[in-house]
Amino acid sequence: MQPLRRTPLFDQHVALGARMVPFAGWEMPVQYEGVIPEHKTVRRDAGVFDVSHMGEIEVEGPTARDLLQSTLSNDVDRLEPGDAQYTLLTNEDGGIVDDLIVYRLDAHRYLIVANASNTDAVHAWLKERELRGSDVRDVSDQYALLAVQGPRALARLDLEPAKAFTWSMAELDGVEVMVNRTGYTGEEGVELMCMADDAPELWSAVLARGVVPCGLGARDTLRLEVCYPLHGNDIGPQWDAISSGLGWACALDTEFTGAERLRAVKAAGPEQKLVPFAMTEKAIPRQGMPVEGGGEVTSGTMSPMLEVGIGMAYVPAGAAAPGTELVVDVRGKPRRAEVKKKPLYSKEHR
Amino acid sequence: MAASESYPDDLLYHPEHDWARIDGDEAVLGITWYAQDSLGELVHFEPPSVGATVTKDESYGEVESVKAVSDLICPLSGEVLEVNEKVVDAPETVNEDPYGDGWLIRIRMTNAAERDQLLALDGYRTVLDEA
Repeated sequence: MQPLRRTPLFDQHVALGARMVPFAGWEMPVQYEGVIPEHKTVRRDAGVFDVSHMGEIEVEGPTARDLLQSTLSNDVDRLEPGDAQYTLLTNEDGGIVDDLIVYRLDAHRYLIVANASNTDAVHAWLKERELRGSDVRDVSDQYALLAVQGPRALARLDLEPAKAFTWSMAELDGVEVMVNRTGYTGEEGVELMCMADDAPELWSAVLARGVVPCGLGARDTLRLEVCYPLHGNDIGPQWDAISSGLGWACALDTEFTGAERLRAVKAAGPEQKLVPFAMTEKAIPRQGMPVEGGGEVTSGTMSPMLEVGIGMAYVPAGAAAPGTELVVDVRGKPRRAEVKKKPLYSKEHR
Repeated sequence: MAASESYPDDLLYHPEHDWARIDGDEAVLGITWYAQDSLGELVHFEPPSVGATVTKDESYGEVESVKAVSDLICPLSGEVLEVNEKVVDAPETVNEDPYGDGWLIRIRMTNAAERDQLLALDGYRTVLDEA
């Protein structure tokens, strides 16, 4: 087994008393004060997550656009420099190798942010398909990434609101940062990318502004409340993007790996669908629990805001409509749940 | 508010981080400070039914935090007389007061000799040192 990797902020996490756990090959903070208080801070004020374990891949050159358009599900031509886009790297079956954010840096240069556990696979996938005039580089080690999220995130950082899925360069308390209007919590906020060496200074500056450090535990409960899928749990190579509910991120009028298969699934209608649900009985669903009548829970937790068990599951298409009753096998005990609309949590619940 | 670390010396301990407070032929069971701290804030308690039989070293229920599920290992065999409904309704009570309001179940012991297999505080501290 390879030794666990550490982000440039490892010492800071330990000094703050974080509980460090192995995650996707990295030693990461799962919580500082506690998952629930950190979760609520992000819903009500602002929290910061070290997500430097995520991978960065640069694709550059006159044919960079062609490479990305032929491999990624979304329409990369919709991006101007300064824009960002949620997209999927799909296999021949339309299954999801990874979900990504692509930033267009300039006319012929793109930055891809990939999940930590998939960075090598994404890099290898694109490298193999590199075209004459496109250069694919894994630049993960050069950068640190801090997600600052919550209704007061922008105010605490003295940033003006901007359109979601855009980016710009800025200086924050003396540190040069790429300010990305993206996130994984359902709240307003930014993801700040800086040079790895600058990470401790940026981290201190963000904390000094009253932003609370939050661990990956809260990141997971926050994303699940707003039904953002987690690769490796809710989406993966074994499920096609349409069944996973990510048809909106697939430009089926473009040609990319798996597009043909996805057009066929869309035309026929998927046999199973990824749906959010909430328990109507006292129980907490967990990944891997069977759903009666066919299906499986892919993520589950106790929602800190809704205070009920919530999750996502693949269920037969006939059982996917909001309001449908599901029965989850909670370690041998049948427990009732109901299919819900996305998102499970919205601001009205605050 | 989470409780600060403590291990009362009037309890008997099971190495799986469970405690028992014996009174005559009855015992009150719970989990130790270490157990609740490792789990984090509890959000669910799945208790046994009143009247159910519980067996030493076997699971008698579950507690869950946001991230994890943990079996409750029974320190003593017996019959369940009472479930702490306060913990069913507010599982975080265990974090706040693991040896008091956060007790989990009360049983009637069916094998009094089992108590001799449990650890006194010194023995449990050795378990904690190795954890």
